[in-house]
Amino acid sequence: MAYTKRSDGRKFEETRPITAKVGVVPNADGSAMFAFGNTIAIASVYGPKQLHPQHMQNPSTGILRVNYNMMSFSVSDRIRPGPSKRSTEISKISEWALNSAILLEEYPNTVVDVHIMIQQADASTRCAGINAASLALAHAGVPMKDLVASVSIGKMDKQLVVDVDKEEEDYKEGEGATDIAMSFMGAKKLTHIQLDGKISSKELKEATEMGKKACEKIIEIQKKALKEAMELVK
Amino acid sequence: MIEDSKLTSKRIAEYLSNGKRFDGRKVDEFRDIEIDVNLSKKAEGGAKVKIGKTEVWVGVKMSVGEPYPDSLDKGNLMVTSELTPLSHSKYEYGPPKFPTIELGRLVDRGIRESGFIDLKKLCIVEGEKVWNIFIDIYSINDDGNLLDASFIGTVAALKSTKIPHYDEKEGKIDYEKKPKDNLPLTENVPMNFSIYKIGGGLVLDPIQEEESAAEGRLILAAIPDKPLKICSMQKSQTMDLDTDEFGKILDLVEQKYDSFTKEINKKIDEAIKKNK
Repeated sequence: MAYTKRSDGRKFEETRPITAKVGVVPNADGSAMFAFGNTIAIASVYGPKQLHPQHMQNPSTGILRVNYNMMSFSVSDRIRPGPSKRSTEISKISEWALNSAILLEEYPNTVVDVHIMIQQADASTRCAGINAASLALAHAGVPMKDLVASVSIGKMDKQLVVDVDKEEEDYKEGEGATDIAMSFMGAKKLTHIQLDGKISSKELKEATEMGKKACEKIIEIQKKALKEAMELVK
Repeated sequence: MIEDSKLTSKRIAEYLSNGKRFDGRKVDEFRDIEIDVNLSKKAEGGAKVKIGKTEVWVGVKMSVGEPYPDSLDKGNLMVTSELTPLSHSKYEYGPPKFPTIELGRLVDRGIRESGFIDLKKLCIVEGEKVWNIFIDIYSINDDGNLLDASFIGTVAALKSTKIPHYDEKEGKIDYEKKPKDNLPLTENVPMNFSIYKIGGGLVLDPIQEEESAAEGRLILAAIPDKPLKICSMQKSQTMDLDTDEFGKILDLVEQKYDSFTKEINKKIDEAIKKNK
């Protein structure tokens, strides 16, 4: 049976309802929450600050360090606190996704620490995490070329869809589910892509176009959240 | 972050010796407290607690496992805490340091010794199968007094907990089925007080700078019996107390307990109602 209808009634190119808010961690230099429906991420940013130990410092630029972790209660089967192979990889992937956008040449020997935590998971957590982190970096006033937006494109049997939820991630009919997480800087340049499943290069090209369009919308929402916070300060 | 300077600590102590605080509060006055039990749909129970700018999230997860050899007919309780680098620049990743371990231990002791959770009712098959209750505490923003916030969050999270559906045949939890039973709790709702000694005076609910200026703290949890019953206690850090001071702390808790506990439990119950 072909995939003709999404279980929550969304159009194929539609994300779940997005919520974005900055300033959720007052201690941090910048912070934000970002949600795709029931997937909720928060992120905080500290820095640029002196990097210790000294041998890790780069005298020509500041560096970005990202940590991604899921909270134990964010999924049905409790996750043991602490890093896993999965979280270690996603941390690095997120760091690479954001790194092209930030300009830290003026801050040699420093580090910008980004901490991402997943409060509630319903698939696409890395995308929500990258979106929260990008917002938090902007909120912290870290110099950036542009915002980074992230979204997952799915292929359910033969149908491409935007923003995969858990039910879709587990889709088994026909060709099954292919999940492609991707991030774009300024909705133009691809800064991250990961794929699990089976897909032709033609479909993959279509998928990235779909992702780019979705990221355009996400960036608008991110900008709105930043503006709202600025107005609150006024 | 620059460590709170000795100068600030000295000034805080001086102020407090005249019964004054930087933010104008009385020595035994808490900041505003907000409680929300809408934390995660994937958790069996949970709470977000704010005390002033301090924020803590507490989640409850349950699973089925084997009982401990010394309590074959009781459910297991496990409390873990994480002082997250997200919540303050002084916290780092890596193996838990002492403050992280102490926080989990103190909440565990207060909850366990109060008898708040009826662990006997969480036995499925004696000696074989019991419910595990995992309480996980995360700091979201540390502006002092994480412990009281964590304790309030734990009580709220437990009160909001629903036991998931356990499929005896399959031997696993069915998360698709809507849970209906509340966690078996008793009347012994515990409350925690952390009393800090700063500049010779006693202070409740310190902000970050006050916490750094403190010589130490006495932590105690009590249940609302008549008279009040203290169910756990720990003196933390190197401070010493003479017995008069110790008596004063007990008097302060006795005097504060009823109104504070009532207010908190009212907030918890309202939050649970709102989330239904």
